[in-house]
Amino acid sequence: MAEMVSTSPPPRDEGETRRDFLLIATGAVAAVGTGLAIWPFVDSMNPAADTLALASTGVNLSPVQVGQRITVVWRGKPVFIDHRPPAEIKSAEDVDLAVLVDPQPDSQRVEKPEWLIVVGVCTHLGCIPLGQKTGEPRGDYGGWFCPCHGSHYDTSGRIRKGPAPKNLMVPPYEFTDATTIKIG
Amino acid sequence: MEAPTWKNPVIGWIDRRLPIFTMMQHDLVDYPTPKNLNYWWNFGSLAGIILVIMIATGVVLAMHYTPHVDYAFESVERIMRDVNYGWLLRYLHMNGASMFFIVVYIHMFRGLYYGSYKAPREVLWILGVFILLAMMATAFMGYVLPWGQMSFWGATVITNLFSAIPLVGEYIVTWLWGGFSVDNATLNRFFSLHYLMPFVIFALVFLHLVALHTSKSNNPLGIDVKGPQDTIPFTPYYTIKDMFGLGVFMIVYLGFVFFSPNFYGEPDNYIKANPMVTPAHIVPEWYFLPYYAILRAITFDIWFVPAKLLGVTAMFGSIIVLLFLPWLDRSPVRSARFRPIYKQFFWVFLANCFVLGYVGSKPAEGVWIPIGQAATAYYFAHFLIILPLLSFLERPKPLPASISAAVTPAGVGIPARSAAE
Repeated sequence: MAEMVSTSPPPRDEGETRRDFLLIATGAVAAVGTGLAIWPFVDSMNPAADTLALASTGVNLSPVQVGQRITVVWRGKPVFIDHRPPAEIKSAEDVDLAVLVDPQPDSQRVEKPEWLIVVGVCTHLGCIPLGQKTGEPRGDYGGWFCPCHGSHYDTSGRIRKGPAPKNLMVPPYEFTDATTIKIG
Repeated sequence: MEAPTWKNPVIGWIDRRLPIFTMMQHDLVDYPTPKNLNYWWNFGSLAGIILVIMIATGVVLAMHYTPHVDYAFESVERIMRDVNYGWLLRYLHMNGASMFFIVVYIHMFRGLYYGSYKAPREVLWILGVFILLAMMATAFMGYVLPWGQMSFWGATVITNLFSAIPLVGEYIVTWLWGGFSVDNATLNRFFSLHYLMPFVIFALVFLHLVALHTSKSNNPLGIDVKGPQDTIPFTPYYTIKDMFGLGVFMIVYLGFVFFSPNFYGEPDNYIKANPMVTPAHIVPEWYFLPYYAILRAITFDIWFVPAKLLGVTAMFGSIIVLLFLPWLDRSPVRSARFRPIYKQFFWVFLANCFVLGYVGSKPAEGVWIPIGQAATAYYFAHFLIILPLLSFLERPKPLPASISAAVTPAGVGIPARSAAE
């Protein structure tokens, strides 16, 4: 058996043949065809049309008092809406960008300074940070605290301490009028 | 079996420990196949390919389907409208079921015509009958899942067949339903079993192939392979022929999927199931129509046996009788090419099956009742009277000396082949 393995195929007396061309052409057509046939199976697992239709959420902000935080659902995830009092806004704006893990000025993270709107999913491994309800820990920087692995976020939702690599994500949103936003 | 040697050291290393490459070489490449197979021999591999298509589309459909009476119908409509390519996957699955039965029925009639069920292929044939039974169960339960009117009332009628069993019938039906009518419990278990059965079929197909590669393929002449001059290797000769057949088949299959996807369906099944209203005319899917005709043909009691039990027995008997076919047909000649009388009865039997199918699609009234009864009687007479009698009465034509002698002009190929070896 071992000596049979070592025997080499007979040397080819010419280069490319018609048969080589046919084999490669057939193989190429088969590969493209297989890819096209597989695509509907793969794409069917992407979000369906009705799922995409639920991709935006409207929120009326008028009942939210200063200092109050509310949670709304957008694409199956919690969105934190914080009606920040002036002290929180000031502490968020006064931070030296050099000390931040993911440097970003507060002005880039809000449309209006009194409304902070962030996706309430920790950028470490996807837990929901605490701090929305009265009495919950808000971490060392007065924002949110993730109980899973101890990430601390500040009043702009920026990561300050702990394993999370990024600031809480700001979802795309716009003010449709003075007190109403559309997220997504 | 001499083990091939593998040039690639990794393949060789695996193969010495798990000889899958040797098995593939033996069964997909070297497998000595009679050199005279015609296109009717394409349908076995076609059936295997459809099984794979059905499992692939079914697994993805199950990701989007909800087996609950309140959501099943809506989830199917969501697949049709909202899920990316959901319409394609569902139409492939729906029409795939019909194609599966067309291909398998052709495969079976091929076996009937060329005597493929005869020794030494009895177990191969019997496994095929089991595959047919498993396919019927799978198709029936799958048809219930969209929870339309035909789904619901088909499920009600078919499960009620079991109420014909004496003494315990009612209890069995209650057990099948998991309640006192076809309801959520029934839908849930049908979904579970519909997902399970294809893998049972897959295992049966595997055994079917093991049996095939043990007794080797029959051929249009129905005579045994006498030596290497009668065979050619499966690859490339029959792989390429199967691929060509697959191309032709896909044109037909995708033609239905893209241009007439509801051709085989019933419009009533796009009405959500309503346990309070039965549709005016219930018909099963086309592939069950002959059995349905046999079921309805028995309209009379015999002695103390009620018509309902007789009809159900006859319907299941129409499949069970196939299991005994290798022993009902005692003629030693396999192929109908050399059986002049059997050949005629074969075509009459085929026509009779179409008559049964047509009667099954008609309401059970008027002239259709006696026609259905006559066709049912003929169906059983073919197996229980005609075939046993023909075995003794028919004088077959002389068989050729060998496949080679019959299909190759004298001398051609044999010297060349022995020179090559």
